[in-house]
Amino acid sequence: MAENDMASPLQGPGAYALELDGVARHFGALVALSGINMRIAAGERRAVLGSNGAGKTTLFNAVTGDFLPTAGRIRFFGEDITDLPPHERIRRGLRRTYQISQLFKGLSVLDSIFLACRGVSRRRFSLLRPRLNDVNRVQAESILHAVHLDSDRDALVATLSHGQQRQLEIALALAGAPRFILFDEPAAGLSPTERRDLVAILNGLPKHIGYVIIEHDLDVALRVSEYVSMMHNGRLFKEGTPQEIEADPEVQEIYLGGKHG
Amino acid sequence: MTMSLQSTPGATQPNWLDKIGAGHIFLGIALVLYPLVASDFFLTQIGGYSLIFGMLGLSLMMLAGYGGMVSLAQITVAGIAAYCIAIFGDNNSHLLGFGWPWWIAAPVAILIAAIASSLIGWISVRTEGIYTIMITLAIATATFYFAQQNYAIFNGHSGYAGVRAPAFWGVNWRDPKPFYYLCLGFSVLAYASILYGSRSTFGLTLQAIRDNPRRMRALGFNVTAHKVFAWFLAGITGGMAGVLLVWFNGRVSPGTIGVDAAIDVLIIAVIGGLRHPIGPFLGALVVVLMQTFAIDLVGAERFNTLIGLVFLVIVFISPDGILGLWAKFKPNFSQESLRPGL
Repeated sequence: MAENDMASPLQGPGAYALELDGVARHFGALVALSGINMRIAAGERRAVLGSNGAGKTTLFNAVTGDFLPTAGRIRFFGEDITDLPPHERIRRGLRRTYQISQLFKGLSVLDSIFLACRGVSRRRFSLLRPRLNDVNRVQAESILHAVHLDSDRDALVATLSHGQQRQLEIALALAGAPRFILFDEPAAGLSPTERRDLVAILNGLPKHIGYVIIEHDLDVALRVSEYVSMMHNGRLFKEGTPQEIEADPEVQEIYLGGKHG
Repeated sequence: MTMSLQSTPGATQPNWLDKIGAGHIFLGIALVLYPLVASDFFLTQIGGYSLIFGMLGLSLMMLAGYGGMVSLAQITVAGIAAYCIAIFGDNNSHLLGFGWPWWIAAPVAILIAAIASSLIGWISVRTEGIYTIMITLAIATATFYFAQQNYAIFNGHSGYAGVRAPAFWGVNWRDPKPFYYLCLGFSVLAYASILYGSRSTFGLTLQAIRDNPRRMRALGFNVTAHKVFAWFLAGITGGMAGVLLVWFNGRVSPGTIGVDAAIDVLIIAVIGGLRHPIGPFLGALVVVLMQTFAIDLVGAERFNTLIGLVFLVIVFISPDGILGLWAKFKPNFSQESLRPGL
């Protein structure tokens, strides 16, 4: 077994990046998620599709701990993280982006990415200014380059365009050494050119980094994923390859707004 | 590393004079030379007092401006340090007074104030916005009444009198000039630390938490711990102000930490401006001048009305306080001050 452990999907409990067992979330009488069972291998790239209100973002919130599930267990690379606070999950290699950009409007682009690198590193409480050759600062510079924000490194986040803010969202999720990323509608509001850039960034991620992507744009979703899970009314109701899902009449009925009906 | 990493492209490595900036050097010289022209009254009642309350406002500015946490309990933190000085050092109220030398009593008092501040922070960080204001106001009020009714530690409503500022190196530090320079030294230390710290890793985390705590959690930060640490640091600043305050007044009583005083600190910070650490010192100077001289202008009946009106006018013209007014006349300053921490 000379293979890289993280790359081989079939061994031991750590073979799965993410395992959900009966995960549910109720808001009072409203059932936002119920009985979600999911196995996602390390390095796997999966799309989650479904209409508005299907529970996709609620699923992400349960996994990252933004809002805890009301039932079920969540394991991350074999470790039960159901009861961990969000920051502990992030330090274990989980990352996410938000459907509505969650950024620091009073900070510069570079400082934002620097904080993302420092958050999963040491010296988070340092009262010293980071030096120019600080390891997290150097990492931030290279992420800045990867998401094409070089020319805006010192711009205040509040002054960025919508497209640039979406790029920064992704930059924050790439910081440190991510093992698994949850992308929540990264293409929302992007121009066709920006969408092509996004697809290139996602397909260019190192192979050991798996992700789940929520995306309404099937052109994006089916080009960056190997497997698709369909959600409807808080439940998983169909899984398959992008081709199977695209051809499925029931999926077309629900998701594509009854294309044939 | 290439020069492209420099924040000012094309510029050579700035020397320390450039880093400090012309404004700071000019202000520093003026403050050091101030005793040459000022009477004893203007040195202590205006100069020293403004610097002490400027430091208190600064501790609030750090929490509110960088951390988004508006506290009404900063005077309480200062008061705890002041009571500690009276209890650990000497007083003539015939209660406690351990007689510790100042160089033990002062650091311990500041540390206790900082721990108390952390505790207040730990209680209030579960809340946000107006609820933080309410809970800190409740703590300030409760502490005031507790001090007033407790005779074993706080000596009730009369508090402690006869607290003396230290005398060493042949200098009595309560004399006008030495006391002014003492206040100036502590103020410069607090101001420079917070200005430097605003661009430190922790300073950035604090501003990021102000802007978006949820995202900070999703970047691996323990938001609660960072907020409580901010309260600890603000407590050090507030504690230093409290030590100077009790040395200045020679006494401390529940009146020192009453709700009036708590609101004064808030007014100082808001009038001055919360964007930059210089704001609270400007605000303190304006408030101290008004509280001292309004009574001569409009008489004892109406002086609070005048103070209130000036407060209203400043906030009405410029929600960012005096700093905001300044920015209106100097556009390049406004652009600079938009960058947190300058």
